[in-house]
Amino acid sequence: MRRGAQLFVVDPRRTATAQWADTWLGIDVGTDLALANTVAREVIHAGLVHREFVERATEGFEAFAESVEPWTLERGAMETGVPAAAIRALAHAYASADRAQLCWTLGITEHHNAVDNVLGLINLALLTGHVGRYGSGLSPLRGQNNVQGGGDMGAIPNRLPGFQDILDAEVRARFEAAWGRPIQPRYGLHLTAMFEAMGRGDLTALYVMGENPAQSEADVGHARALLAGLDHLVVQDLFLTKTAQLADVVLPAAAAWCEGEGTVTNSERRVQRVRKAIDPPGEARDDRWVLTEIARRLGAPWEHRSAEGEWDELRSLSPMHRGMSYGRLEALGGIQWPCPHDDRLEPSFLHGRLWVDDPTERGRPAPFHVVHHELPVDQLTDDYPYRLTTGRRLDSYNTGVQTAGYSSPLRFGETLDLSPEDAATLGVADGQPVRVTSRRGSLTAPSRVDAGLRPGLVFMTMHFPDDVDTNLLTIEAVCPKSGTAEFKAAAVRLEPA
Amino acid sequence: MDLRFRGAAASDVERDALDRVLGPATSGWDGAPRSAADLRLSQRERDRRHLLLPALRALHDRVGWISEGGLDEVCRRLGVPPAEAYGVASFYALFTFEPPARRVVHVCDDIVCQVRGAEAVLAQLPDSDGEVAWRRSPCLGLCEVAPAALAVEHGDPVRETPLGPLGSDSHSGRQSSHFGSQNLILRRREGGEWLAGLRRAVALGSEGSRAAVAASGLAGRGGAAFPTGRKWDAVAAQPGPRYVVANADESEPGTFKDRMLLEVDPDAVVEGMVIAGLAVGAEQGIVYLRGEYPLVREGLHEAVGRLRTAGALGDDVLGSGARFDVDLRQGAGAYICGEETALFASIEGYRGEPRSKPPFPVERGLFGRPTAVNNVETLVVAREVLAGRPEAAQRKVFCVSGRVRAPGAYEVPFGTSLRALVAQAGPLGDVTAVLLGGAAGSFVTAAELDVALDPDAVRAVGATLGSGVVLVLDDTVDLVRLVLRIAAFFRDESCGQCVPCRVGTVRQEELLHRWASGAPRPGDRALLDDLAAVMRDASICGLGQTAPNAVLSAVDKLGVLA
Repeated sequence: MRRGAQLFVVDPRRTATAQWADTWLGIDVGTDLALANTVAREVIHAGLVHREFVERATEGFEAFAESVEPWTLERGAMETGVPAAAIRALAHAYASADRAQLCWTLGITEHHNAVDNVLGLINLALLTGHVGRYGSGLSPLRGQNNVQGGGDMGAIPNRLPGFQDILDAEVRARFEAAWGRPIQPRYGLHLTAMFEAMGRGDLTALYVMGENPAQSEADVGHARALLAGLDHLVVQDLFLTKTAQLADVVLPAAAAWCEGEGTVTNSERRVQRVRKAIDPPGEARDDRWVLTEIARRLGAPWEHRSAEGEWDELRSLSPMHRGMSYGRLEALGGIQWPCPHDDRLEPSFLHGRLWVDDPTERGRPAPFHVVHHELPVDQLTDDYPYRLTTGRRLDSYNTGVQTAGYSSPLRFGETLDLSPEDAATLGVADGQPVRVTSRRGSLTAPSRVDAGLRPGLVFMTMHFPDDVDTNLLTIEAVCPKSGTAEFKAAAVRLEPA
Repeated sequence: MDLRFRGAAASDVERDALDRVLGPATSGWDGAPRSAADLRLSQRERDRRHLLLPALRALHDRVGWISEGGLDEVCRRLGVPPAEAYGVASFYALFTFEPPARRVVHVCDDIVCQVRGAEAVLAQLPDSDGEVAWRRSPCLGLCEVAPAALAVEHGDPVRETPLGPLGSDSHSGRQSSHFGSQNLILRRREGGEWLAGLRRAVALGSEGSRAAVAASGLAGRGGAAFPTGRKWDAVAAQPGPRYVVANADESEPGTFKDRMLLEVDPDAVVEGMVIAGLAVGAEQGIVYLRGEYPLVREGLHEAVGRLRTAGALGDDVLGSGARFDVDLRQGAGAYICGEETALFASIEGYRGEPRSKPPFPVERGLFGRPTAVNNVETLVVAREVLAGRPEAAQRKVFCVSGRVRAPGAYEVPFGTSLRALVAQAGPLGDVTAVLLGGAAGSFVTAAELDVALDPDAVRAVGATLGSGVVLVLDDTVDLVRLVLRIAAFFRDESCGQCVPCRVGTVRQEELLHRWASGAPRPGDRALLDDLAAVMRDASICGLGQTAPNAVLSAVDKLGVLA
């Protein structure tokens, strides 16, 4: 930005990031697709479509263009609450830029239509050719150092390590040959589906590593009842979390970033080495050691191997990691995937193939998706007139397992943040407690007046579940494609407590 | 966290002061009442960061301190994180963060005032109270009336009054500040033809002006003595936009010549800037004036107005078709801001921390653009050269102060002997030494007084002319105290950015205090030399590089603390 990049921030709240942006657009919660489709229509009508790219590298443009035709600037403004001129300015700035990126976090994905929201953004990148080129692209910003790595290593229910589809028989055969075991030809369950299976009684034993679902799940009262009803619960964690307290067995884990060897993969797909600096305390053990030992106790002939040995096995099975030896990771200070070759590196951005002249090399065209705007599931009514959106505050992290143990001048406990106007209407002074009630639960929290909020919009976090159990209020309306709950939009009622 | 507002509000008076510098608030996000439109949209205007220092000065002038509410208001208006703005505000010695007394008097206790009895004055001052607060200050540039002070009463407008000489030193008195013939730049206003230099420059064109300046042999008068013609050629060769900056942040202890030139003839300084602007192809000039020069500020404002009315500033300078205008910026008490790259940072709204060179300002200066930064005296002499008096480049203005009857600015030809110059000012006793070049300069012994005031000749006795400081000392002067004051000055004024200077100046002062208290440690002498070597070799800017000069010359040549 210091060198001239323009920043637009789209967020219902005027956050700290929004304050330093060139332009902040304060949309209504859950109207992201209305905005994306309006921007798309404006780009099309203003003649700013990257024609050459759309014709050569995409498919489905006509149907998409037709689908966004009703999204005039006026309708977009009405649906999102943002002035039409501002939407127009955003559309023109994005489409006319030499290089432009769309970056997002949970505001896009913690909705019942999460995947549609992302597809709506992808449509914009395809429309303008802002993908597959240096400096342009789509970036989901990760909240942790290794979210990307977890998925890459197969810790998701539909992929094997190296992000390879478990339904692909060729892929399965390769892993079966290496591991000497048959691999299921079907997807597993993601987190939300697991809780549904617990509800049906289909899932009766659970092994939780480094998660605290007893406090992080939406509609958490329900989630806790399901955890308590399991036949067997194992928790492997650094701390005795609320979930661990429900467990039959707790396995104390080492802190991977300093008490173990391995790698992490960051938001830009860069794999980096992690080196052990100290021994774990007491009986805590490295995750790799624990997993190997459990396999052995179950009768599998696993050997304790070095982290590098395990990594080399991964490299033999995952083409995108093949060229990343420990020696090379060390020498280059980390390598971005894909890295199939030992002797060279790929470009730092993905999807460059879409710009290649040779049609064979260019491969399958990138599809536009027709996606329709839908309001959040938890509707605003006279009984529940306030929109509650949840998020994070700097210096606190999720349910506080890793952050509550040290003090910070920026941490002031949980609050219900509301606009100065709403505080006046309710007659509550800053700090005075407010009763917050949703269709699922009710709680009391101190109020905090925040001028970054507008009337009708209130905000909470889940950092202090022991004091204020915010997820009692949230709705477990889940995106069927991603399994993510709509943490970003609940309807609530407020009363001075 | 640098993005934090704690909810403090500015007072109406503070808002008014800011409105006058920044214009009125435009939305609910920068201080205006909140409107329905604000709830859905905010837009931040870029490139207003350079208004940070003027805004902070406006606050301080009006209410006498920087309150949290006032600072937050500035940050909202300019889009600067509060922690960063606090970092800038607290960089400057004149800014305070506690509610002030009605009248704050900055009493100079620096080298010249010390030689003229400042400690005795300070010892007699009553305690500070809510009405009057007394604060010690580094050199105020009022050395011809030492011991001196600057009284400040905040308000609308702020009242700043230079005071001196304080106390009852019978030899002091407001001296006539200039001596010699009518042709001296110090007496220009009494004779010269207004705008004659600029008219000639317009006639010669930019290349012709640069050639005339180069031919005169004019070398920069800020201390580094870089050939002015070459500097201007280098800037002109770079792509535009380009800037001209007049360095009027005269802060070297014992230096006051630029202030006098600005008081005597501010028009000549502005005219010199226009000449420089035309010569290098710049359209914007900025005078960066030291914070402690209130009278000069008024004079400069008036001079800019006069030149603008005369068509010598604006869209078509004297019919040349060239555009040039001048803006005035004032510092707030930081010696380091006289360093050219620190000065740029200060104008840009950042802490006045120097940058590594290269790239030099001629290539990347103010706002990253090619910049001709010249000392006030340099610009005045350049103006003289174009007005048909190239011999001005062969003379130099010296600031004679200390143990003399007639302290003041003296303009003499290069090559005049130091002894002759000191004689003009009338020594009060037997001269034991002269501090040449200020705190960043070196001591010259009584035996060396015949040295010619010429860069090469003084280098031969291990000294430099620097900014023209000639502090005359006799046997009434406590040299130990003087050296300790110099060491304290550098420790205090180090910006803290680079380690050699930040740590070196502290260690140097500690060591001198050990010696002064009669508790030297073995190896101290070698340590002093080591510190000097490290500071000279590894400091980013001239402050650290010159911090050991005066100290070492006092120890080595005068035997102080040896």
